[in-house]
Amino acid sequence: MRFDWRIWILTWLAMALLPASLQAADDGQHEAQAADEARAVGDIIGEHTADSYWWHITTINGRHIALYLPVIVRSADGDWLLFSSARLAHGETYRGFRLAAEGVYKGKIVGHDAAGAEYRPWDISITKNALALLINAAIMLAIFLPVARACKRRTANTAPGKFACAVEMLVMDIEEEVIHKSIGDDYKRYSSYLLTAFFFIFINNIMGLIPVFPGGANTTGNIAVTLVLACCTLIAVNVFGNREYWREVFWPDVPKWLKVPIPLMPLIELFGVISKPFALMIRLLANIFAGHTVMLALTFVIFTTVKMGTGITIGMTIFSVLMTVFMSVIELLVAYIQAYVFTLLSAVFIGLSRPVHHGVKTKKIYTEKVKIN
Amino acid sequence: MPALLTPDFGLLFWMLFSFLLVFGVLAKFGFPVITRMVSDRQNYIRRTLEEAEETNRQTRAILDDTHRQQEEILKKAMADGEKLIRHAQQKATEETEKQLEAARQQIAFLREKALHEINAQVALLSMDMAEKILHRQLDDKAKEEAFILQMLDEAEHLPQ
Repeated sequence: MRFDWRIWILTWLAMALLPASLQAADDGQHEAQAADEARAVGDIIGEHTADSYWWHITTINGRHIALYLPVIVRSADGDWLLFSSARLAHGETYRGFRLAAEGVYKGKIVGHDAAGAEYRPWDISITKNALALLINAAIMLAIFLPVARACKRRTANTAPGKFACAVEMLVMDIEEEVIHKSIGDDYKRYSSYLLTAFFFIFINNIMGLIPVFPGGANTTGNIAVTLVLACCTLIAVNVFGNREYWREVFWPDVPKWLKVPIPLMPLIELFGVISKPFALMIRLLANIFAGHTVMLALTFVIFTTVKMGTGITIGMTIFSVLMTVFMSVIELLVAYIQAYVFTLLSAVFIGLSRPVHHGVKTKKIYTEKVKIN
Repeated sequence: MPALLTPDFGLLFWMLFSFLLVFGVLAKFGFPVITRMVSDRQNYIRRTLEEAEETNRQTRAILDDTHRQQEEILKKAMADGEKLIRHAQQKATEETEKQLEAARQQIAFLREKALHEINAQVALLSMDMAEKILHRQLDDKAKEEAFILQMLDEAEHLPQ
């Protein structure tokens, strides 16, 4: 039954597409227009996945409904200015600041120095992503603090509530299965950081998937966010690494000629110190950014094909909705997996920075964990 | 996508701020409390289970003991009952024997007495008959004889 239905849609789509492609080939002007539209779609997708000084909620009858956020910049004479980003909307200038229309700083606030050249001021505006981060941080606190308070109030012989149960289950799963197993027995020291990282990433990923305010911001698909997270892991690994770890970096167990005249292996190991968190940063960024882009592109399939005739539009709409639902489900999975992978690899790297005695056991765990990735 | 790989300072600042805030708060008031609670509960459940196991074992021992005692008591009760019944039967037999004996003696005594009475009656009858015979002697010899016979007949038909 289901199989028939699918065949029906595919046939129908093929029939709808055929005359349109013929028509499009005839009409060069149409092609150019389509290219323009494609570029416009690219721009819109870029805008949606990038950061912004306001939070665009929707557009009704050509009117933009947006949440204008506070801009915080430092002016040329050293004063900090706080004003609404509504003053910069539609290319307006406010106290010498405006949004750069093009160039390196495109879309960012720029000022003009005495010579008239554009410069980028100190800018800690609460942008869309910044606000989303703050909201998600608040959500996270609102989830865990009541549960923790309930835990404190309760004695060991009373059952927790449903919500507390669910939260405890998630927390204990990460702590026992990921953190404890990857780091070893002194995992308690790191578990707060790793749990925070996991749930921070997870909540941001999930909130990014909700298309309406206050969701939909591409926080974990932004390099600044993943950079901070990766730096925290870098610090946790290297600051608390023990002597054995540093010995393995600078004097690894390889034949002497690999380290004595030219310190080849130590260089590679040092590079590894940087590249491990760097990989964490890029992996999370790329996964979430790609997810958002694909979902938006699939949605725009409807609008780019709208001029190609009713048949195609209906067909493509069905296709788009089906694919978007499918991608949304995949992205839900990815939201968990990426948070999990970040935490798991951070825990593994931390575990590697505390070899007990000559890393036979830890090396084995490492190779096992890396296979998962 | 100009800004994809260039981190923005403002966002770095806010990310650092919100992440460290969440980390600070949750590291102090959040996760350790939750995990401690869970491990406390884990210990509590383990301890309670062990205690329950222990109690169960004790209860089973007590139950076994009780069963044994019950059996003993039942056995003893049955033995006691049997003894009681036997005793009662014996007593009843004796009693019956005694009563039978008394009845027998009574009967023998009555019989004796009856025999005495009969003897006395017979003596009286004999005397009556003798008297009547003597009165008839004056009459006919043949009639006399018939009379005697009649008398004897009567005597025979007297109630014993």
